[in-house]
Parts: sequence; C-alpha cells; structure tokens
Amino acid sequence: MIEIHGLSANYGEARVLNDVSLEVHQGEVVTLVGRNGAGKTTMLRSIMGLHRDLSGSISFDGKPIEKWSPNARARAGIGWVPDDRGIYASLTVAENLTLPPVVHKDAWSMEQIHATFPRMRERRSSMGTQLSGGEQQMLAIARVLRMGSRLLLLDEPSEGLAPVIVQRIGEIIREIKAQGVAVLLVEQNVKFASTVADRHYLLSQGRVVEQLSNDDFKAREVELLEHLGM
Amino acid sequence: MDAFLQYTVQGLAAGGFYALAALGLAVIFGALGVVNFAHGSFYMLGAVASAVLLDVLGIQFWAALVIVPILMFIFGIIIELLLVQWLLKLDILYNFLLTFGLSLVLVDLVKRQYGVSGLPYELPAGLGGLLQIGSVEVPSYQLFVFLFALAVCLVVWFVLSKTRVGMIVRAATEEPERARALGINVSAWVTPVFGFGVALAGLAGVLAAPFRAITATMGTNFIIILFAIVVIGGLGSVLGAVVAGFLVGLVEAYGQGYAGTFSQVLIFVLMAVVIAVRPAGLFGRKEAV
Ligand SMILES: Nc1ncnc2c1ncn2[C@@H]1O[C@H](COP(=O)(O)OP(=O)(O)OP(=O)(O)O)[C@@H](O)[C@H]1O
Ligand SMILES: [Mg+2]
Repeated sequence: MIEIHGLSANYGEARVLNDVSLEVHQGEVVTLVGRNGAGKTTMLRSIMGLHRDLSGSISFDGKPIEKWSPNARARAGIGWVPDDRGIYASLTVAENLTLPPVVHKDAWSMEQIHATFPRMRERRSSMGTQLSGGEQQMLAIARVLRMGSRLLLLDEPSEGLAPVIVQRIGEIIREIKAQGVAVLLVEQNVKFASTVADRHYLLSQGRVVEQLSNDDFKAREVELLEHLGM
Repeated sequence: MDAFLQYTVQGLAAGGFYALAALGLAVIFGALGVVNFAHGSFYMLGAVASAVLLDVLGIQFWAALVIVPILMFIFGIIIELLLVQWLLKLDILYNFLLTFGLSLVLVDLVKRQYGVSGLPYELPAGLGGLLQIGSVEVPSYQLFVFLFALAVCLVVWFVLSKTRVGMIVRAATEEPERARALGINVSAWVTPVFGFGVALAGLAGVLAAPFRAITATMGTNFIIILFAIVVIGGLGSVLGAVVAGFLVGLVEAYGQGYAGTFSQVLIFVLMAVVIAVRPAGLFGRKEAV
C-alpha cells in the first residue's frame, strides 16, 4: 500500500529523519514507536506532504507521490489524524465529519459512522472543540473513515485518554483493519501498540533501528519500555 | 428627537458601506492572512466605476449595483493571481508594501485620468426623495443603503455559516494546512475569496457614489476608518466587522450632528475604549491579538 525508501527530512540545519525505509500493506497495522523527538510526527507529516524539506521516495498504491500536494495525497486515499486531533473549532461536529470529500467507494456511510460512533450523532450540532478529548479523537478517526481513506496515519491516538477510551480506539482499529484498510500508528504506549499491531518499527533519533513482529515486540516489552524512557 | 432620528438613519447608511467594506477586509484577512491596505482604493474604484459607467455608457445606478461588483470581482482575481498570491509565502512586511503600494498606484492612475475634483453622480430614479417616518423626513436613499447593505451582510453570513462553500472557507481560515491534508484544494479557494472581498469593497463604493464626493482620494480616509472598525470588531471576525461597521457609522453621524469637527476623533476614542476593555475586539478570539 505504501512504500518509503531512504527518506531523510530536515528542519533547517537539523536532520530529523535519516534514511528511513518502511512499508505498510493493505489490512496491516504497523506502528512507529520511539521517544519524544524521535521524528515520528515528522514521518507522518512527510507522508502527507506537509513537510517538504526532504529526500527519498514515497510510493502509494505503486505510484510515486513525493511531488504530490497534500490534498492530492488525501484524495488518493491517505487519511491523517494529527496528534492534536485537528478538529475545527469553527465547524460543528457534523461539518467536521463532512468537510473532506469522499474519495473511495468503500467510504463509510453516515449510518455506519453513527453506528460505530453514536456520540457523533448526539453531538452533531455542537462546535467541534466542545467535544471532550476522547470524543475529538473519535471524530478525527471517523472523519477519515467517512472520507474513505485506505491508509490511516494515526499520531498517538491514545495520548492523554482514559483506559476505556483507549480500549475502544483499539477495537475500532481492529475493525478498520478487518475491512482491509492499512494503519500506520505512531505510539509511545507500548501495551496499547501490542494489542493492535502486526509489526513495529523502532525509531530512534530519526533512524529505524529495529523492525519487530508483534510477538517479538511483546517478548521484549520491558526492554522496549526502557528504551522509550518509561 | 427629530434630528436624532435623522442622524441615526444617516449613520446606518454610512454604516452600511463601512460594514460591507469591512466584511470584505475580514474575509480576505481570514482566508489569506493578508491585511489589505488597498481596500480603500478598491472602494474608491467602485465609486469611480459607477460614475464612469453612468457618464460614458449611460449605465444607471441599479445596473451599476450589479455590474460594478462583478467587474471588481474579476479585477480582484487578476490582482490575486498577479500579485497577492506571492505574498502568502513572504514576510508580513511585504504584505504592507505591496497592498499599500498598489493603493498609491491606483489612486494616482485615477487622479491622472479624472483629476482631483469630484465626479458627478445623480441619485437613482425613485430614491431621490424623502420618506416620512412619523414626524420626520429622512432621505429614502439613506434608508435604502442601510437595508440593502444589511441584506447583503445577511446573505454573506448565511453563505459562510450554512453552505458547503462557507464551511470550506471557515476551515481554510482556521487551519489551512489541515484542510489541505483533508483533501481540500485551499489554493483554489483563495483566489475567488479575494475577488469576493474586493467585490464587497467595490459594492460599498457604488452605494457611496450618490452621496459622497467621488474622488481619487476618497479611499484614503476610508481605509483608516476601516482599520478602526476591524480593530473594534476584532481582527478576522466577520460578525465583528459588520457590527462595528454599523456602530462606527452611527458614532460618526452623531458626532457630525452633535460634536462637529470631533466626529472622527470619536471613532478613535471608541476604538481606544474597546481595546482597553477587550484587547481582541468585540468579537475577536484571543488568538487574533
Ligand atoms: N517546526 C519545527 N522546527 C524545528 N524543529 C522541529 C520542528 N518540529 C519538530 N522539530 C524537531 O524535530 C525532531 C522530531 O520531531 P517530531 O515532532 O517528529 O518528533 P516525535 O517523534 O513526533 O515526538 P513526540 O513524541 O514528542 O511527538 C525533534 O527534535 C523536534 O525538536
Ligand atoms: Mg509527535
């Protein structure tokens, strides 16, 4: 679904990603795990086309997309759920949901969205940022599902949320996966990551230092927690 | 009391074209982040265009009310594509230099063509008279300007808050990058929005033509008042621009009626009071400071 080769990204003089290669296949959930400042968000922003100071190749559905604008990438089926959730304060919940164009035939209908995210119907007329943090996270995920994105880029969706909500997000990720959607999940919550993912990339100081299956990942959980400084 | 009512109608009429022009300024600032110092000259062009259309082609006020905003919309699109779009990547200083420089050029071009004395403009047929309200007579044209401007503001508000176009403009205003990442071609929206803001300034100019002196420099004082309005209403707030536009029109008219030469000073006293009490303006959000 997406293949990244030799990606390097800079902020001015500072090199933030260094020769990173990774891939995510259809129906696969892959995490990008690393400490604060490892470059995880920069990786997602680069895939989305929002970070432009970079080199290397990115191909999506077999097409090179490095030169594409962010909106072209979104229309091709990449859905971004940013670390701050990206909910518009000046749009209602319903408007936040319907803002992006529907880009794929398998996009979730409004009925499906409301069945999985009942709060989105109850709160549809509220302004987006009147929702709680957990609800905003759900809205951000629902928004890209309604759009019909085939690859979701989730930036620390569990951060700052209560355990039951994190658990619910885990269920939703598994449901998305079952439909053949690919997920690239940025996480620092190792426990959560191991409950949803197939594979893991360990990012350290802008480099992929290790690639692990979920079983290896679970087996080395303690060591990994240490690596993450937690 | 009679005088008060007359000043009120006069103030609401002036407030009408302040509100329209300020609305244009606010929409442009919202969608492009550009503070348009040329807005006063776009207003002037709207008034001059109405006078020229009448003089050269015999096109009357009613038709000008439609034709001039369309012409100004096209003019705005050209200016955006030619000049303003390059600003979006540059330091804010260039924003001032370009739009202020543009206004100087436009003013001098008009001066060169039409001189400095005012162009004549007749009141449109049917609006020249006085209207009896209770015991007072008010000019029907002033009442018309107020109602027409109010109607246009309401339509713009409706479009911004209830339609898909409005939703996209709001999203692009609040966070353009995120809108791009959600599949919205923000750059494609920016050009018509700029044109629309220019058209609103032009429309204000058409409405002003029958009762303000039409000169090349009529926008110079206007833009100063517009900025006072934007500060009072809250930078980037559409509702604030409209409310403050009418408010300033009223303050100006009462000032002219009761305080003579101090009327302009009153506007800035109002601005100072608003800044002291609510630094972000009446309807401004905190981030806008
Ligand atoms: N706008 C910026 N300008 C300069 N440097 C930046 C900018 N954004 C991020 N960086 C730097 O790039 C590095 C990677 O940042 P990034 O946000 O990608 O990390 P992250 O892995 O997502 O961290 P976190 O877990 O805190 O979200 C950090 O060292 C950070 O300081
Ligand atoms: Mg991050």
